[in-house]
Amino acid sequence: MYDDLLLTVLLTSVPLILAATGELVVERSGVLNLGVEGMMLMGAVAGFGVTSLSASPYFGMLGGATAGAVTAALFGFFVLGLATNQVATGLALTIFGTGLSGLIGAPLVGQAIDGLPAFIVPVLSDIPVVGVLFSLDVLAYVSIGLVASTSFVLFRTRLGLVIRAVGDNATSAHALGYSVLKVRFYAVIFGGMMAGLSGAYLPLVLTPHWAEGMTAGRGWIALALVVFASWQPWRVVGGAVLFGGVTIMQLAGQARGWSVSPQFLSMLPYLATIIVLVAMSRGGRAERGAPAQLGRIFLPPR
Amino acid sequence: MIRLSPRQNVSPNHLLLVPVLSVLLSICLGGMIFAALGYNALEALYQFFVAPLLRPDQIGNLFVKACPLIIIGTGLVFCYRANIWNIGAEGQLIFGALGAGWIALYLPESWHFMMLPLMILGGMIGGALLAAVPAFLKTRFQTNEILVSLMLTYVAGLVIDWLVRGPWRDPLSFGFPLTPYYPDAALIGKLSLPVIGKLGQLHWGILIAVGISALGWFILSLTLAGFRVRVSGDAPRAARFAGFSPTIVTFSVLLVSGALAGLAGMVEVSANIGQLQPHISFGYGFTAIIVAFLARLNPAAVILAALIVALSELGGDSAQIAMGIPKVVTGVFKGILLFMLLAGETITRYELSLDMRMISRKMSKGDADV
Repeated sequence: MYDDLLLTVLLTSVPLILAATGELVVERSGVLNLGVEGMMLMGAVAGFGVTSLSASPYFGMLGGATAGAVTAALFGFFVLGLATNQVATGLALTIFGTGLSGLIGAPLVGQAIDGLPAFIVPVLSDIPVVGVLFSLDVLAYVSIGLVASTSFVLFRTRLGLVIRAVGDNATSAHALGYSVLKVRFYAVIFGGMMAGLSGAYLPLVLTPHWAEGMTAGRGWIALALVVFASWQPWRVVGGAVLFGGVTIMQLAGQARGWSVSPQFLSMLPYLATIIVLVAMSRGGRAERGAPAQLGRIFLPPR
Repeated sequence: MIRLSPRQNVSPNHLLLVPVLSVLLSICLGGMIFAALGYNALEALYQFFVAPLLRPDQIGNLFVKACPLIIIGTGLVFCYRANIWNIGAEGQLIFGALGAGWIALYLPESWHFMMLPLMILGGMIGGALLAAVPAFLKTRFQTNEILVSLMLTYVAGLVIDWLVRGPWRDPLSFGFPLTPYYPDAALIGKLSLPVIGKLGQLHWGILIAVGISALGWFILSLTLAGFRVRVSGDAPRAARFAGFSPTIVTFSVLLVSGALAGLAGMVEVSANIGQLQPHISFGYGFTAIIVAFLARLNPAAVILAALIVALSELGGDSAQIAMGIPKVVTGVFKGILLFMLLAGETITRYELSLDMRMISRKMSKGDADV
């Protein structure tokens, strides 16, 4: 019983970890991409479609990441190439992605696929309680690896220093000879790949179907998680598991016949997001660890 | 390779040209997407943008669809002008419908002569209450209003779901999640035009919408309050030096846009549905974001912008019926339209030039950079 519950919590948190880690890098480079929800949906429909065609969930993962990256490139072109307002462009990306994924996915509704199999580590998975950690799918393990490498790259390598410099002080980074727009563009693409992968996780692991708008606000919660994590990759994991737990409470509540209406339990993740945002938003921008130039347009001087 | 240099002064021609070009470009791109998906692009575009205009009753329905978009869009213009990003109008619409619905369902009969005014008040208070949450959190804790207003939209959707399945459900609805029908006093009647008579589902609400848009234009362009909103968005530092309180501006634009979204919810239910059900809006709160931008954040232009966007909604229906194109394609069109409008904004503000020196340098190095 508790093993199942823990497993569900972990599985629910994986897409949040993936999307939030990607967005974290994007924001560290100074760009706010509010289109996570749209990119996730594109990743979800591509992940489902490719898996259904190729009968291989691994190709599905690849398809999801590619779709996310392509949609992110569109965002990057507008925000970096044409210096459009980042908030509005992100909204446009979400509206566009929601529509296009629904259009592409219309013939896929009602189909089912074989998702990613669980990869059960022998011996370790037999340990009580902790064993659950070793009976997840490949993408869940990969997501932790991605958090680790993101953290390493951001804080221990020259590339990470450049990304953070571009996000904190684009003018100085430019003066030092770094191409601000190029760094930001690659960061946006990385964020798109992660969001696409995260979207693909939904049909590949959580529910083996495609449904319009199946992300149900997870992209927006991932955005909030980045704030919650105060732009530190490892804190994303903690936050995501916490959110997974809150989401699962509704299932647990129903199973035990709590006398609370299911609608109120379903509200919990959204309300928790608001509470977390309030808790994290005390104090100034710098105190919270936000990149100094998040959301600001940078035009390279000639 | 694209170089942007800020323009000294913006040509007034651009201000008109950008929305027109954006719509045309979006139609072209939409056609290309239809073709890519294997539909006859010309026929699809015809079904989308021409067919709905050929029947008089459909023209009435066009105004019906535009009605909530005008009301919400006007409110959002205030927010976006002040650089406050309320994207939760959908939730505020639902709360407005609940505020008005509570009055419609429980107002004693002897008060029925006051029904509609009270419902309008209830709708506006409901929407404003939900918008007050991001306003309070933003001014008190600097919490991001984008995420809070959006999260509350999900919450509002669950609240109405709970009410119509639980406390407010009609005991005679055979278990369907519906409230009782509103009494006649709570309904907004169909509008009967001189000469033409009734036009589709056209109702009195459209007059409210046009009035709101005109009032919005007046307040934003001609009053001190409107000036404060505009300065706070365009030049926050100047606004602070002038002594305009950011707290008051943030609160007022969020409350105004919330109240208007709530009013739209009241009108939508009273004029078109007549009772509460789990889903009362076709995403009007989100679509109105595009309307606000298409109007270039000018309340006077909101009516025309809402009609254009409403046409794409109706067109989505007719294309679905005639050609089996999924209705979600409207979302694709709306997304493209917003992208085009934002790109157009760039063209009015900056001079675009291809950097030939950079291109030739790249060609000689054979290096493909962005």
